[in-house]
Amino acid sequence: MQEFQKNPSVVVIEMGVSLTKAAQWTTGGKLEFTSMNETLLREILSFVEELGSRHPQEAEQVLKEPLRWSTTLTASDFKTDYDISDSGVQSHEKDAEGRPLLQLCPPTVNVRSFGQLCKLVHLAADKKLDELRACLEENRDAMVQMFGNGLEKEDNQTDVPRLVKEEEDEVKVKLFHLVQNLDELLIKKLLKEITETVELDCATVNNDVESLKELCRDGEKPALESIRFTSDYEFSNGCRAPLWRQVHGEICYLVVEPCDTETLYITCSNTAVFLNAGIKQEVEESGYERTSDTYKDLLTLLKSRSPHFAEHMNKQKIKAGEFDEMNEKGQEKESYRQREKNVNEKTRKHHVPRKRSAEKKYEPCPRWKNLGLMSPCGKAEEKKPKSSGLEKVQGSGARSRMKAEFSLSSLPGRLSSQKIKTPAGAMELSSESSSESEEEEEQSERRLESNTDLPPEYWQIQKLVKYLKGGDQTATVLTLCAMLDFNLMQETCQLAIRDVGGLEVLINLLDTDEVKCKIGSLKILRKISHNVQIRQAIVDLGGLQSIVKILDSPVKDLKALAAETIASVTRFRRARRTVRQYGGIKKLVSLLHCVPNLASLTAHQQKDVEVARCGALALWSCSKSTKNKEAIRKAGGVPLLGRLLKSPHENMLIPVVGTLQECASEESYRTAIQKEGMIKDLVKNLSSDNEELQMHCANALFKCAADKQTRDLVRNYKGLQPLVSLLAKVNNKQLLAAATGAIWKCSISVENVAEFQKYNVLESLVDLLTDQPEGVLVNVVGALGEFAQIPASKTTIRKCGGIKPLVDLLNGTNQALLVNVTKTVGACATDQDNMAIIDQLDGVRLVWSLLKNPSSDVQSSAAWALCPCIENAKDAGEMVRSLVGGLELIVNLLKSTNKEVLASICAAIAKIAKDKENLAVLTDHGVVPLLAKLTNTTDDMLRRHLAEAVGHCCMWGSNRASFGEAGAVAPLVRYLKSKDHRVHQSTAMALYQLSKDPNNCITMHEKGVVKPLIHIMGSDDEMLQEAAAGCVRNIRLLAVANRKAILFY
Amino acid sequence: MSLFNASSCHGNGVFTSPVEWRSIESHIVCFFFFLIKSEMSSMNRKIIHTLAESISKQVDHFSKTEVECLIREFNLLLGEPVSTGRTVSGLDKERFRSILHNNFGLTDDMIMDLVFRTFDKDNDSFVSVKEWIEGLSIFLRGTLEEKIKYCFQVYDLNGDHYISREEMFHMLKNSLIRQPTEEDPDEGIKDLVEITLKRMDHDHDGRLSFADFEKAVKDENLLLEAFGTCLPDIMSADAFELRVFQEPAEL
Repeated sequence: MQEFQKNPSVVVIEMGVSLTKAAQWTTGGKLEFTSMNETLLREILSFVEELGSRHPQEAEQVLKEPLRWSTTLTASDFKTDYDISDSGVQSHEKDAEGRPLLQLCPPTVNVRSFGQLCKLVHLAADKKLDELRACLEENRDAMVQMFGNGLEKEDNQTDVPRLVKEEEDEVKVKLFHLVQNLDELLIKKLLKEITETVELDCATVNNDVESLKELCRDGEKPALESIRFTSDYEFSNGCRAPLWRQVHGEICYLVVEPCDTETLYITCSNTAVFLNAGIKQEVEESGYERTSDTYKDLLTLLKSRSPHFAEHMNKQKIKAGEFDEMNEKGQEKESYRQREKNVNEKTRKHHVPRKRSAEKKYEPCPRWKNLGLMSPCGKAEEKKPKSSGLEKVQGSGARSRMKAEFSLSSLPGRLSSQKIKTPAGAMELSSESSSESEEEEEQSERRLESNTDLPPEYWQIQKLVKYLKGGDQTATVLTLCAMLDFNLMQETCQLAIRDVGGLEVLINLLDTDEVKCKIGSLKILRKISHNVQIRQAIVDLGGLQSIVKILDSPVKDLKALAAETIASVTRFRRARRTVRQYGGIKKLVSLLHCVPNLASLTAHQQKDVEVARCGALALWSCSKSTKNKEAIRKAGGVPLLGRLLKSPHENMLIPVVGTLQECASEESYRTAIQKEGMIKDLVKNLSSDNEELQMHCANALFKCAADKQTRDLVRNYKGLQPLVSLLAKVNNKQLLAAATGAIWKCSISVENVAEFQKYNVLESLVDLLTDQPEGVLVNVVGALGEFAQIPASKTTIRKCGGIKPLVDLLNGTNQALLVNVTKTVGACATDQDNMAIIDQLDGVRLVWSLLKNPSSDVQSSAAWALCPCIENAKDAGEMVRSLVGGLELIVNLLKSTNKEVLASICAAIAKIAKDKENLAVLTDHGVVPLLAKLTNTTDDMLRRHLAEAVGHCCMWGSNRASFGEAGAVAPLVRYLKSKDHRVHQSTAMALYQLSKDPNNCITMHEKGVVKPLIHIMGSDDEMLQEAAAGCVRNIRLLAVANRKAILFY
Repeated sequence: MSLFNASSCHGNGVFTSPVEWRSIESHIVCFFFFLIKSEMSSMNRKIIHTLAESISKQVDHFSKTEVECLIREFNLLLGEPVSTGRTVSGLDKERFRSILHNNFGLTDDMIMDLVFRTFDKDNDSFVSVKEWIEGLSIFLRGTLEEKIKYCFQVYDLNGDHYISREEMFHMLKNSLIRQPTEEDPDEGIKDLVEITLKRMDHDHDGRLSFADFEKAVKDENLLLEAFGTCLPDIMSADAFELRVFQEPAEL
């Protein structure tokens, strides 16, 4: 309002801002029948009516020009004081020049003073509002008409005293003042309503930013370098600020790089725009405070901060005006109506950018104009001499905008507008997880529906929250206790607490000094945070920071409760990150200090143990984030966990082992677990009575037993038998999955397999091949695969009837499972009898078709499995040929980029190529150039199988020469420098085959093949000796033949 | 020196009735003040020692040395006896209230008066040294049961062994901000009383008996000080113990 007081004339020139700006005009220049306009009219009416009696002198003042409009009044309506004739009505009162102050020539009426206007209004009786409406509609420049053009032409700095001198007419100035006061009054009133109803105007900010982004792209000289939001995520209410900041009315944060000054970090709130301390990303508590003056809008701020931008914007102004006219009226209204409609829905339609036209890039947000009446930017515009075009544009833009906003408030009464707010608030909380990509369950929109459906708990809780807000410590504690009596695990209560604003109060209590209040609050939070939405709301409101702070409290009960609450809240990633960022991990780890395994504990020690237990619970929950695992380790948590692992209490052991097994996904932890001697305790607890504990222990072993030493330790601590006995718990699938996993990993050691066999594990495992969830199957099949490395096991598997379920599993889709199944089937296929069964069950075709699986792990695993299948199948060649398109598929996989896949395919090709007919087909599909292309690899695994494949593929037609032409020979010679003995073997074989082509011999000789071959001839491996010698022989023969040829010709 | 005999006799169980004890105690105290005044510190120490010995036998949670420390603290707080002629002496209400306020962070005057009344078991408007130590024993180190009993006594305004609706209302009457808009500004408090009564009154007789109170507190420890803070918070209690018990043992 300051603006008005400083520049009153501006207001008047505009003929009453309230009318031009605030009144809701239709496109046809009519005042709409809205409640807002109705209020406006009534105000004006009462002003006019009172003017006559209160300020008779001013009322007599003759207006510069008459107010003229078509009236519904007729001559008959007028009584005394008027000259009534056929042609019309004239008032007795005349002005100085003798013109009547009121003149009616139906249907037009001319009025020259407020006095007459007042009388007329009286005459109109029940039609007075209509008359006034018509008057206003037809006298859009009423102010000018009243006081003359002299005013408007004045510089806008002109103030009233100067006018006095010029006009030398006090009465007129008084009237002027009166009108102006009315105007001011109206505006104040309207603005108050506007600010009340239009909070959190996110769309405006979005539009501003959208427009500014366009400006950034504006050719060679953009107004700004860049502008972006700090967060891409937009809540369903349109805000981007975290919820706990939204409570402060903040909408979003921007990072703007102007062309001429340093980067600006801007906070847009619903009351103002200002610079903050630098929020680049979310969750930086320090950054939120205001570091600059507040500005009315984004544009103003930018203009004041960046002269370049201000200049740029001034240039654009005219165009902006033009554009407004075109776009604003329709689209603005449209988008706002939509917005209003969608407020209760989850959709974000209203944020869909509006259609772009060619001129769109110059479009400033309507808000700039609309609030321009308050802002310097708007003022600047109004300074200019009034050009009717621009003026109209501005008016219409603002009007349509206002209309949209008022339509929100036109809902009956205050209550309803509040109601709108609450669902929006609820929505933003619940829709959040969609963007967070939490691993948490997708949450649906659940909130307590309209008043009628609210359960009694809702009202009771609302009342309690009211007491919480207004109570002292004693009342607060009593109220918290009363709240604890509700079933806080019930969603109705949880959401009710949130919806009545209880969460804020509870979190607020955490920052007080009152221990009992904090305890009560935490007791509630601990329970209601089992609800996803509550958890997220707690984090958004900054509650987690307060809870983390409480971990430092000397009161043990408080520490324990805080840790327990953290455990419950940190079930999603952002919460875990928050705990870490506020140093929570370190504090939680320090809770673990206690003496857990004393037989008799004092009360104090017991409390310490309880604190440690809660600390472990919280760590367990936090340890689901990788960075937290690292933080726990750095804070020295591992040895402390190791100490707690010796506790005799299950309720302590479960979170401890839970944390350990969670962290065991990290190499550093696995080493530490082994080094700290925890394997022993883990093994011991496998025999616990508590299945959950058993499960976590088995899981920990599952993860740790990838290490050989750990496997040996498990065996030494007699852990294998308890693992096997866990296989009997067929009803607890999680436990079963963990146990089979541990068995799988432990069976990687042959010694363990032997030990396992004492307990007839294979039989139990084969039984588990059917009707189990995938989590179990993966591990069971994996274990079988390891067992099948021992020939005896293969027979056992067959005898137990394990082959068929295994082959059946080849039809599955779970990739981890398929990898293990193919591997196990492959291992089983090395046994002739097994192979017969697999063949009979059409297993090879199933394995082969897995080459089409998108996962490269499955592809390679399937290809590896094919090798023994082809090798051991009875009529392998025929079998392969029967698979239509199979050979083409396999050749095409040579184009893969995955080394493992390539190696496995090469191995398979080597086996397939043993059949001449199939080799011919492979050759037709272009296997030679593809293999040749791969020869430059340095991967020994691939080299070995590649050389093998090359060697076998030489056996057909002109393939030897083709390999030579494709440049495969020279790289193969280099393979002999490899350190891998097995690479030498297959390479020597390949070179021997290739050396049967004279040109290849020359290449080999040139590349210095002889020396390493001679070296290899000294090997113990006869095959290798033979191949090397054969190759050297071929080279030698060629040389001799050459010499002979030279001699003879 | 007859005092020493008396207290040792007491130790032997000759004087066991409280009446006798009180007279002895008042003698001790009397003598004790006399000693302070005459600054016979060696004698003084002996007296304190003896007094401590006898009291520590009656109080569970303090060792003899701790009792000595508390006696010294008591003397310190008491300062100079107001009039030498009087025989019965101790901390009067005003002084006791300021102690509660300064050392234990209690703020509510009404509650502090109630605490005084509870400390002052013989109802003579003074907290004697023995009452002081017995009270502190619960105040600082009481078990839950002891504290429940103590709090119940504090809240039982008229001493009828029940906490009535009216008593609750009286204690809670300033605990809520009154909403001037509401018809009955006390409505909130009345409601709070009802809620609390509903929660704690297990036998449904419309008032809290000790059994009701005990059960409710055991269910939810937060209800221990349901009607006003009458125990020190852990921080100030620790600070007090630290200060008093670690003070150099001299006078």
